[in-house]
Amino acid sequence: MIARVLGRRGISLIAVAVVLILIQVWMDLKIPEYMGEITDHIVLNHSDVVMQKGTEMLILAFGSLLVSFAAGFVLANVSALAGRNMRLMEFETVQSLSVEDISRFTAASLITRSTNDVTQVQNFIARGLQAVIKAPIIAVWGLIKISHSSMEWTAVTAGGMAILAVMMFATLHFAGIRYRKVQWFTDAVNRNTRENLDGIRVIRAYNAEDHQEERFDRSSRELLDNNVSAIKIMAPSYPVALAMSNFVTVGIYWIGAGLIMGITGQEARFLKYSDMIVFTSYATMVLTSVLLVFGVMRMVPRARVSYARIREVIETVPSVADGTITEGKEKGTVEFRDVSFSYPGSGRKALEDISFRVEKGSTVAIIGSTGSGKTTLVDLMLRFHDPDTGSVMVDGVDVRDFVQQSLHDRIGYVPQNAIIFSGSVTMNVNYGDGSEGRTIEDVRRALAVAQAEDFVAALPEQEESHISQKGKNLSGGQKQRIAIARAVCRDPEIYILDDSFSALDYKTDKALREALRRETEGSTVIIVAQRIGTIRDADEILVLDEGRIVGRGKHRQLMESCPLYREIARSQLTEEELL
Amino acid sequence: MTEAPKGGKLSPGGDHGPQLSGSYWSKGVSAHNIWPPVKRLFGYIGKYRWAIMIGVLCTMIGSLLSTIGPQYIREISDRIYDGIVADSLDMDTVLGLSLIALTIYVVGMIFNALEHYIIPATSERVANLFRIDLAHKINRLPLNYYDNSSTGDIMSRLTNDADTVGHQCGLSFSFLFSALTTIIGCIIMMVWTCPLLAVITVIPPIVGFAMTRVVLRRTQGFFRAQSRYLGAINGQVEENYYGHAIVRAYGNREAAIREFSATNDELYRVAYKSRFITSTIPQTMAFIGNLGYVLVCVIGSMMVLNGEITYGVIIAFILYVRMFSHPLMMLADAFAGMQALAASTERLFELLDAPEMEDESGKDLDTGNTRGAVEFRDVCFSYIEGTEVIHDFSFRVEPGEKVAIVGPTGAGKTTLVNLLMRFYEVDSGDILIDGVSVKDLRRDQVHSLFSMVLQDAWVFEGTIRENLMFTSPGLTEERMIEACRAVGIHEFIESLPQGYDTPVGERSGLSAGQKQQISIARAMLHSAPMIIFDEATSSVDTRTEKHIQAAVERMTGGRTSFLIAHRLSTIRNCDKIIVMRDGKLVETGTHEELLAKGGYYYELYSSQFENCS
Repeated sequence: MIARVLGRRGISLIAVAVVLILIQVWMDLKIPEYMGEITDHIVLNHSDVVMQKGTEMLILAFGSLLVSFAAGFVLANVSALAGRNMRLMEFETVQSLSVEDISRFTAASLITRSTNDVTQVQNFIARGLQAVIKAPIIAVWGLIKISHSSMEWTAVTAGGMAILAVMMFATLHFAGIRYRKVQWFTDAVNRNTRENLDGIRVIRAYNAEDHQEERFDRSSRELLDNNVSAIKIMAPSYPVALAMSNFVTVGIYWIGAGLIMGITGQEARFLKYSDMIVFTSYATMVLTSVLLVFGVMRMVPRARVSYARIREVIETVPSVADGTITEGKEKGTVEFRDVSFSYPGSGRKALEDISFRVEKGSTVAIIGSTGSGKTTLVDLMLRFHDPDTGSVMVDGVDVRDFVQQSLHDRIGYVPQNAIIFSGSVTMNVNYGDGSEGRTIEDVRRALAVAQAEDFVAALPEQEESHISQKGKNLSGGQKQRIAIARAVCRDPEIYILDDSFSALDYKTDKALREALRRETEGSTVIIVAQRIGTIRDADEILVLDEGRIVGRGKHRQLMESCPLYREIARSQLTEEELL
Repeated sequence: MTEAPKGGKLSPGGDHGPQLSGSYWSKGVSAHNIWPPVKRLFGYIGKYRWAIMIGVLCTMIGSLLSTIGPQYIREISDRIYDGIVADSLDMDTVLGLSLIALTIYVVGMIFNALEHYIIPATSERVANLFRIDLAHKINRLPLNYYDNSSTGDIMSRLTNDADTVGHQCGLSFSFLFSALTTIIGCIIMMVWTCPLLAVITVIPPIVGFAMTRVVLRRTQGFFRAQSRYLGAINGQVEENYYGHAIVRAYGNREAAIREFSATNDELYRVAYKSRFITSTIPQTMAFIGNLGYVLVCVIGSMMVLNGEITYGVIIAFILYVRMFSHPLMMLADAFAGMQALAASTERLFELLDAPEMEDESGKDLDTGNTRGAVEFRDVCFSYIEGTEVIHDFSFRVEPGEKVAIVGPTGAGKTTLVNLLMRFYEVDSGDILIDGVSVKDLRRDQVHSLFSMVLQDAWVFEGTIRENLMFTSPGLTEERMIEACRAVGIHEFIESLPQGYDTPVGERSGLSAGQKQQISIARAMLHSAPMIIFDEATSSVDTRTEKHIQAAVERMTGGRTSFLIAHRLSTIRNCDKIIVMRDGKLVETGTHEELLAKGGYYYELYSSQFENCS
């Protein structure tokens, strides 16, 4: 997955960055060497070369700056590229997931994964990659460079390194466990907050403020406790790492004092002294490189959690796979053959042995109690789920064999809850595949059919008026009418109306149905409804109960043959009205 | 929502400089605005103020010790140098000096570690304090506050801003004082050791620092653009994920990806530029460090050759050079952090200061014997000033009456309920329960007079049992099951693997209708003198609805009840029907009376039974 996130371009860029950093480290490691030479000259009293060496050092320092800018530029590109790719990959994956996959993740979680989590990982790459590449190079190269001068000094430095390394991994391991919990409770706090805001009227109505506050306080407290214990684990590591280079410096000097006095001859001693100064510079560089990684490593636990969450999305295989067929064998027909379906994790069958056929141009209504499987049935036609057994055919083709887009192009679907996008009314009505081919006239016609003409005309800019996200500036009934207009605008072969009139008052409902009947001449209509009035003239009515078809036929037939239907009808209409 | 590492002081330009989110740049609080909110903040956080001060003290001691350390290293190297010259070295002195140096560094380390615990842990505690205060505040705000602000904005204050304040209130001050201590300590030590080298060491970092500030100021556009595109991306993601079913069913996938990709590419372009700019800062400071190193080596060497200083001075200065480029960046971060702190603090206090509902603890009328007579007397109401939605509304309901409120969408039915529940206060007129104005009762008293089921069924994260019983914990299992049977959901719950202990919530998999059934059962269990059903059964089929109605009637007996329903069949048996239109009372009477009248109700009623396909 990392290779996919970075792409060929990202990997090449990293290779370039490695080369640039190698050059930079070479220059950085060269600078103390000059210090050694200068020191040699000082202790041996040759002043003439100091300025010359100093100039060369400056050139190196400046060169190192330029190279590091170049490396920084390349790496900035890598991090931004990785962020871009992750976002796009997630977005694309989510767009091809089934409804079931989405509800497993929850939309809210997917949003966080596509935005905040990506930002976390991108930040980590931006700040961390340079350190991760540079630190080992400095550490290894630096140690090699100085290893010949004294076993003891090298041992002290390597010992300091080893302690830091062990401490670092241990800290990260133990803190990592805490940070995963932190992430969990962060989610819980967010969930509680959202819940509290969404349910505020119910909470007030039940005087349940204390109950909600208690729940929130508990999550918040857990979040705090886990954060604090992670902090406890992390606290000593940075100060220790910071102090380590000082400890090692003192150690080198103390050992150095013995080593220097152990050799004979003043000149040799001065050379060793100068050696010691240079060695200390390198030792500091080597140990500071660990510090560099350390600073980055502190970001690891969070970045890792985010990365895992992103990865989970990208690697999800949509539970509904695409087919290959684009052309139907028939036109405007829908057929269910012995279809059974149960939701994953549920023992109950949501639909059982459903068989029926809808001919072109006819209207089939589905009625039944809450949880009887009406919406599930409709969802199967749209391939939001796949049946466990049996098959769903649209235009004579099993929906699993269709390229999903071709399947969906045939259908004008209006869901139970109207979904509205931020943008103009036009954009909301003329939406989706084929929208380029439709004109403002089509939009107006669709709005007229959906009985939305009047209220749209009253908006400040009519069809071009802006609708805010989730249609917050519209009423429930207005949203439903826009959603219906969206289906009408496509002029589909098959309409699927899933209880789409529930927020409309009866007058609007009636006018809409009449207009729709004129409009849908020749189109197949599958309508899920609660109201008998909406469906009583359907060519066929299917009565669903606990996932089974318990009655089918026309209104009059069902009134005689189907007790459940009769019961539903009686609850709505008086005896005279029924006939 | 949480920021990356806590308490780190490494490469501050990277860790706490311009963040990808561009937060420092978009909030735009200028320096003179920092103090008032910060001052108020420290008053607010009370005892945590002392913890922060202790943390800051620790960091100051740690920094001070680290500026003293090099003096002993200088001493050691001079002793060795002298030893070589004199051909004799007292190893005990070297050991003694080494031990002192070690002790200084160890003590410094301990203080640093203390600070690394105290500051971030206090940060979390402050964040927790604000989170809880804000969460409680939410419950004390009048509902109209929520009409004017988005859920997302309140959420963001409670999470992001509370976190930023927690994070920065400790960190930015510890950065500030640590930097100041180091700078002042270093300067004193260096001047005391060798004034000329001190000047040479101090000037390059200051010049370099000033340069980076200029660069940053000139490139703010990139950071702003970055946060703008990030916002746009978030919007697109949210919308397309929530509308996923429609995006799929309408084949808008390609178009959505195209649109997203375009914004995403724009974001990429500004993101890598701003990241590059950010990355040049620590690199420039590293160069400045190298530059100082070279200058100290060259000029120091000449001075050693001239016999003006000892060799140990160079070594001490090499250490000071490394120490000195750091705190300037920390200062910059401290100020950036304080800006973020001030901006977030203001947002927190904005919410905390929002006027709360009136304190009503003084109202102690007894509502124990409420009979349930309700009267609206010339009630006028507007959500937004100047746009009245309820006009001169008057009606009277006798105890035990069943009242239906009908009317087209937008007529103001739900608003009536809002007023009755005192979710909102009337502009003029009065609402009386048993002749007592609701204004003379406490809100919680008014609430407890009603069992209420709302249009949007609300289920929280928890088990089904918790969802049913959370307001009336003393109830028996039998009562709970009875209520669930009555609304026709008992069998369904029993069929679930964990029965009544099945967790539900966002991922519950309950249908809208089942959520409504649970809400209704909850209302039944919460037995109050009056009942409000606001479109409560719109997602429940009529058969189940009939069950529910029968059950509700049985369980609530002669209680005053208010029903709002579009489905007129459900209200036929009501004692009184109130017909509303555009916030006005059009007509009132029984079903038969209204039909006989042939008015607006007749029109509404007859329209639902006309044929259609």
